[in-house]
Amino acid sequence: MERLRFFLNDRPIEETGIAPTTTLLRYLRDRVHLTGTKEGCAEGDCGACSVAVLEQDGQGAPTLRAVNACLLLLPMVQGKRVYTVEALREGGKYHVVQETLARTLGSQCGYCTPGIAMSMLEACHRRDLDEPWKLDAQMCGNLCRCTGYRPIREAAREVAGLRPGDRFARALAETQPEPMALAYEAGAQRFFTPDSLEALWVVLDEHPTARFVVGGTDLSLEVTKRYAEPPLLVSLEAVPELRVLEPRGGGHRLGATVRLTDVEDYARAVSPPLERMLRYFGSRQIKNRATVGGNLCTASPIGDLAPVLLALGAEVVLRSRAGERRLPLEDFFVGYRRTALAAGEVLAFVDVPAQPEGARSLAYKVSKRREADISSVSAGFRAVVDGEGKVAEARLAYGGMAATPARARRTEAALVGQPWTEASVEQALPRLREDFQPLSDHRGSAWYRAQLAENLLRGFFHETLSTPMPRLAERHSATVQVR
Amino acid sequence: MSSLPSSSPDFSSTPEGVPARSPLHAPAPHESGLRHTSGEAIYVDDMPEPRGLLTGHLVTSPHAHARLLRVDATKARALPGVVAVLVAGDIPGHNQVGPVIQDEPLMAEGEVHFVGQTVALVLAEGASIARRAAALVEVEYEPLPALLSVKAAVEAGAFLSEPHVIRRGAPEDALAAAPVRLSGECMTGAQDHFYLETQVTLAVPGEDGSVHLWCSTQHPTEVQTLVAEVLGTGRHQVVVEVPRMGGGFGGKETQAAPFACLAALGARVTGRPVKVWLNRDEDMARTGKRHPFLGRYDAGFDETGRLLALKVELVSDGGWSTDLSRAILDRALFHLDNAYFVPALEFTGRVARTNLPSNTAFRGFGGPQGMFVMEEVLNHAAERLGLDPASVRERNYYRDTPNDLTPYGQAVVGNRLPRLHAELMASSDYARRRAEIEAFNASSRWTKRGIGFQPVKFGISFTTGFLNQAGALVSVFTDGSVQLNHGGTEMGQGLHTKMRAVCAHELGVLPERVRVMHTATDKVPNTSATAASSGSDLNGQAVKQACEVIRERLRPVAARLLKLESPGDMAAIAFSGGQVFHAARPLRTVRFAEVVHAAYLDRVSLSATGYYATPDITYDRSTGRGKPFHYYAFCAAVVELEVSGLTGEHRVRRVDVLQDVGTSLVPSIDRGQVEGGFIQGLGWLTSEEVLFDAKGRLVTHSPDTYKIPAVGDAPEDFRVHLLEHAPQDNTIHGSKAVGEPPFMLALGAVTALRQAIAAFGPPRTPVSLASPATPEAILRAVAAARAAS
Repeated sequence: MERLRFFLNDRPIEETGIAPTTTLLRYLRDRVHLTGTKEGCAEGDCGACSVAVLEQDGQGAPTLRAVNACLLLLPMVQGKRVYTVEALREGGKYHVVQETLARTLGSQCGYCTPGIAMSMLEACHRRDLDEPWKLDAQMCGNLCRCTGYRPIREAAREVAGLRPGDRFARALAETQPEPMALAYEAGAQRFFTPDSLEALWVVLDEHPTARFVVGGTDLSLEVTKRYAEPPLLVSLEAVPELRVLEPRGGGHRLGATVRLTDVEDYARAVSPPLERMLRYFGSRQIKNRATVGGNLCTASPIGDLAPVLLALGAEVVLRSRAGERRLPLEDFFVGYRRTALAAGEVLAFVDVPAQPEGARSLAYKVSKRREADISSVSAGFRAVVDGEGKVAEARLAYGGMAATPARARRTEAALVGQPWTEASVEQALPRLREDFQPLSDHRGSAWYRAQLAENLLRGFFHETLSTPMPRLAERHSATVQVR
Repeated sequence: MSSLPSSSPDFSSTPEGVPARSPLHAPAPHESGLRHTSGEAIYVDDMPEPRGLLTGHLVTSPHAHARLLRVDATKARALPGVVAVLVAGDIPGHNQVGPVIQDEPLMAEGEVHFVGQTVALVLAEGASIARRAAALVEVEYEPLPALLSVKAAVEAGAFLSEPHVIRRGAPEDALAAAPVRLSGECMTGAQDHFYLETQVTLAVPGEDGSVHLWCSTQHPTEVQTLVAEVLGTGRHQVVVEVPRMGGGFGGKETQAAPFACLAALGARVTGRPVKVWLNRDEDMARTGKRHPFLGRYDAGFDETGRLLALKVELVSDGGWSTDLSRAILDRALFHLDNAYFVPALEFTGRVARTNLPSNTAFRGFGGPQGMFVMEEVLNHAAERLGLDPASVRERNYYRDTPNDLTPYGQAVVGNRLPRLHAELMASSDYARRRAEIEAFNASSRWTKRGIGFQPVKFGISFTTGFLNQAGALVSVFTDGSVQLNHGGTEMGQGLHTKMRAVCAHELGVLPERVRVMHTATDKVPNTSATAASSGSDLNGQAVKQACEVIRERLRPVAARLLKLESPGDMAAIAFSGGQVFHAARPLRTVRFAEVVHAAYLDRVSLSATGYYATPDITYDRSTGRGKPFHYYAFCAAVVELEVSGLTGEHRVRRVDVLQDVGTSLVPSIDRGQVEGGFIQGLGWLTSEEVLFDAKGRLVTHSPDTYKIPAVGDAPEDFRVHLLEHAPQDNTIHGSKAVGEPPFMLALGAVTALRQAIAAFGPPRTPVSLASPATPEAILRAVAAARAAS
């Protein structure tokens, strides 16, 4: 039986006999008595448990990232370097993050503060935090109930990009990646982390119905909220073949296990619709763990990547030992939380094709709170307008409107062949009532969802009227930028 | 002689030669700031676990109302690792934890009254066994009809209080004669405290049936009292200690006690330490929230927007038990007037009983709910009359006699409303911005902006008179270092920072030499809750008094060391910056530590208690008249925001606040209270929606579904100023309370939202906006405004 091995605050750790569904948070607090890391919600929404993990970014460069310890199962840190708030103070000297946050009175009750310090540590070592909205995006996964955030913003602005010569800088410069491969067993539970496709097939030969996990941002909730003890989990995190992120045939290939932070960085230069959706997708800590494949394979009707990828005409590539098959994303979702994946098959890539000439596309997400919230309705739209100003093709995809993310086929049909004008859009909008009969729940009533579905399409028309691919504003009052 | 650390600054050698440094009235970091940021600050759940610690886990009711037929824990007790399963019958003392009215059993007997009510307590070796055992406890219920809303309770005649009426003049006649008559109904929503640290207590049994509790509570004395009653023992057998809280906001004023009592009960029965800790979902489902209020109003105005008469009826949702609901309703009635003189009025209030968690104290304590109704009335009037809502407010401010009398007859002394109004209107550039917004709205089709001016007057004191008292215990050690105990609890608000500053100032020592100790009932007994914004006012006076006693004892010793001869010199001895000296001869000093050590050798007591009771507070509930408040705190805000007419989303663009805190004890701490309070108020009014399902189960029981503001919800431009040159009489060093008043400044956002929403319709469009103003609520209001054209 293999051991869990990782580094905690630069000290090597080896453990056996711990249930693989033990979260890093419970391990820190209950087993090694590092109580600086707090539990605020055990679901990745408050950030009080944030720790930093040193790992590779989308380009393979070492990077320090804040993650929620409450959602990390212990085997997920195999071979990694994990840092808690206790690691910040070196030789009795407080870290610049700690001094700054205390000086600006960025703590009041102090319970969220260790997590905030760890998100600020990531900010401290980032090189790209050059705009105020990016600082908010960095910090939005840390809820504070006391301060009203002004001093936290101020502290984050002061430390962003400082990159002091601390232990983290040394670790970033010197650390070589350690193997993540793992075949772990404790009690009746097992956890496998194969480190190649071939090794994955070997596991699947024996366990064809194994549950896959990558970031764990969804699956871990079953453990922390419903106390599930899944007997077998297979992590795809260490399979290099699934982690590609590259241009391909004028479009882009997004590997299933690429983290959303990396996709967001990549999309910034190449795809405004994808970038906008990822801006509002979730907190930094969540995006630092969540993956393209994870978001699509949960097949949630409110999974935020699906609508934008549907609109962009994405295809999924499914792999198994037998080979590879390719499906339009529409055909991947076969029902409420059900996909077309067969036993022994994994989602390998999402291919976003080159966008046609004359395409206008954007994505939208509306939720009760703009940051770190689940959609009431999300949408991805693409309208291809031909040389005569007529709609040659329309792809209007919505989340939160049906049992799966879905296209508004009747509305699309009503637009095709029409001039791309406000009048055409208005005459097509009533068709949305035929496409969807949304539900009422705590994220929005059926009335609100239907209204949003219409209004987002209106907003799309106005927003892309003069600029097919608008540059995204730094900050705006709402997710639709129309005056 | 005494030895001070070498790093301690030596003021006698500074160039000025004048050792004069007080931490009072100067900005300072939070006393625990570096411990917070380093994770070294210890909360109850972080304490090293005592040997033999058991987990206390609750079995709770899945029904909103049911008869409790049978509880069978046989299978649970048989599970290895389970030490005990307790029910109501196992309580040695009194099965009651109601803080004011005895209507709250610790564990259910006969009936359950809300989803989440405690039915049994499992004590086991670790959380996982406890959880499994809890699932094995068999409970049989017979469901009964449940009341799940204020309106349902009113219809059923279910109340927790008799009506409280405050009346002046002949409002019926004045309404009938009023040129403009408005009436309406509004509802404010509940709000979860969402303190980051959930409810937790560690109870450790001691000798002779005693128990020591470490508890996250704003009211250690009440926990001590209730634990003693539940255990059937004397209060002297119970010590409650509060290291610090990870947030309270009122949610740990009364509602820490039941969980603390369960932990104490478990410790007593098993003889082992017991921790009861609620996870987020349990905490949110089982504890009460800010009271939802239903308000109905009938108002009369003249054409200039002057309020002539007002009748208001308030009904709050108390939940299943009384808790603090009556006092909260009282404060709502006391704050219906907010900043405005109402010539003729009748304000009536009553608490409804529902089958929901028992609603409780939350920053503002009914004040926000009362003011919401008044501000709704004024906004309604401004829209009807086509007036700037800010000028409608100004027109109605309390002024000089006779327009200075509140509905309950207390004069508004030291009224700073006109001054705040003028200064903030100017500094925020309100008039120009309002004109710009109107121009923007005329040219913007899908996005509209609004600006709101919000004044607040808030009464300071517990409205239950006897609670206005506090104590302190100051111990000076022979090296000149100081331990400070006071009756207040630290929940993040910076009370300890302020108390340390007061103590250091009075003794003339550096704040670093003063350690603020855990709040504990064996150091300062019989305390009031840290609540009602009163923590600094009350405890500050007690700390000051204790320090004065010690200082007076030290004077003769200092006089001897300084070789001062005449009796007149004694009064001139100054204590400052760790030095003691004659005020007129500051170059000749002796160190505080030397004086203390000499006093010790002289056998002079170096510790003292202090005590304070607020003078002149009275209120007669039967006549609705009195002086319930020591003084009033004032503040004002201007809020500008932008609304999307497509999605109903909004963003706050700029907020200007002018806050009257008297002469601030520690301005940096006060600023933090203002900013934090404002954002919390904004959450209550815009994004925080508490929803129960048709069976009375809380739907929004975690941050996944319950949305407190995140960093991006804070205004892009947030300008907070403390009113200058505004000392307050008869308070600790001229300061004023700050905890609650700024919460209500967020009401300005509602005024701003209404302006933006109205701009989607024709001029003088009436706006009907639900609270909280979620994106959906705003879009509904926009749709209605559009439909008006």
